[in-house]
Amino acid sequence: MNERSIADVPLAARAVLALALGLQLAWQATQPVLLARAEDLAPPPTPAVLNVMSLGEPVALARGLMLYLQAHDNQPGIQVPFLKLDYARVQAWLAAVLLLDPSGQYPLMAASQLYAQVNDPVRQRQMTEFVYQQFADDPNRRWPWLAHAAFTAKHRLHDLPLARKYAQALRLQATGPAVPAWAQQMEIFLMEDLNEFEGARILLGGLLQSGQITDPNEIAFLSRRLDELKVKSAQAGQNGAGENK
Amino acid sequence: MFRQASTIAYYTLLEALRNRLMWLLGLILVAGIGISGFLGELAVTESAQVQVALLAAFFRLAAVFLVATFVVTSLVREFNDKGLELVLALPLPRAGYVLGKLAGFAALAVVPALLFGALTAFFAPPLQATLWTVSLLAELWIVAAFSLLCVLTFNQIMAALSAVMAFYLLARSIAALQLIGQGGISSDSLSQKVVAGVINAIALMLPRLDQFTRTEWLAYGGGGWATLAPLLVQTALYMTLLTGAGLFDLYRKNL
Repeated sequence: MNERSIADVPLAARAVLALALGLQLAWQATQPVLLARAEDLAPPPTPAVLNVMSLGEPVALARGLMLYLQAHDNQPGIQVPFLKLDYARVQAWLAAVLLLDPSGQYPLMAASQLYAQVNDPVRQRQMTEFVYQQFADDPNRRWPWLAHAAFTAKHRLHDLPLARKYAQALRLQATGPAVPAWAQQMEIFLMEDLNEFEGARILLGGLLQSGQITDPNEIAFLSRRLDELKVKSAQAGQNGAGENK
Repeated sequence: MFRQASTIAYYTLLEALRNRLMWLLGLILVAGIGISGFLGELAVTESAQVQVALLAAFFRLAAVFLVATFVVTSLVREFNDKGLELVLALPLPRAGYVLGKLAGFAALAVVPALLFGALTAFFAPPLQATLWTVSLLAELWIVAAFSLLCVLTFNQIMAALSAVMAFYLLARSIAALQLIGQGGISSDSLSQKVVAGVINAIALMLPRLDQFTRTEWLAYGGGGWATLAPLLVQTALYMTLLTGAGLFDLYRKNL
């Protein structure tokens, strides 16, 4: 269908179009500026409802729910500080997503790397504890997030016993071939920080003897550390004996 | 011209009513009541609000879909049957045809708006149900006029319907898009500013359909005539714009 030229359109029709276009632009330009308003995070549906909602696609729903949860930090036009989020609900959402897709790493990554970074020790502890609880269900896949939780406990919370608890869980439970040696060695260094040289020495010696470490450089490095620990352990023993005298 | 246009409007409405549209509306009505009643029973609390909210949202979408589909399919069929050529062979200006068709579709939109609006009156105060009904009617008029423009432009059902649905979704979500554009994580970057500028420019050309037919009026009340006034102004402006664009398009066609 060929088109006629614009000149063939009656002047009245052109005038109506131009006038209406101008009025529409003017009307929208004078509308009040949109203001964003933060909305509270609602509690998640029950697992049974989520299963029905997934329509047989739990992985897809889990991914979608994580985006929904994240959207509450960055709602249209407004960024809600983590401090204002209800962490009990955040945790409930993360647990619900993990139930839907246990292989997914996203919820634990979000818990340890996003929500645990809030500047509030209570919330930080809540998130690291959540990671610790969930780690036990699949240690060989979820170890990175507990390692990060241990890091948070040591450097952000300055709670070395808590960090050691996480590191110990890593050593005892994350024993798969894909778990790097440093994750299993973390407890040793934390014990050193706790001045538990004898325990650290025993653990490191056991690790070296187990044959789990095969890299020559790493063996050399850890052997040097073991020697240092022996010295520190001996010094600590002498100091302890001196004090007793 | 107005007498001829009113004849076209009358036959457009007649075609719709004889097209088993009423049966379809009845089916939607029953389905809406059934689904919302069922889900309302499942609700632990605020079951009345759950029921009316789901009912209103379902009716709104169904009415928009019905009107858009009818306008597009009816006009495309008429074009394919050479009905347009036949009508324009008569001593009738093209504007008469467009205005007549628009009036017919506008009259048709009254049917679902009144039917669905009357039902919401059982669940919400009369004033709120009235506001919702009038607003739904205004929304349906805009959708019908845009559908007419799309058929005049694309002449094909698929393309026209897709364009209408895209327009409707965009008009419903443009405010949220604007807010996201304003407050993103990297709101100071150049790309973010460009994106926000483009979204704002698009928003200038669209009606804010998220402000229309709000379910919260029915669920919580709070709507008033003052809320409705700007919506009616926007409807009048946008209908004029769409009519102007439709006339412009039809006058340029070499039939």
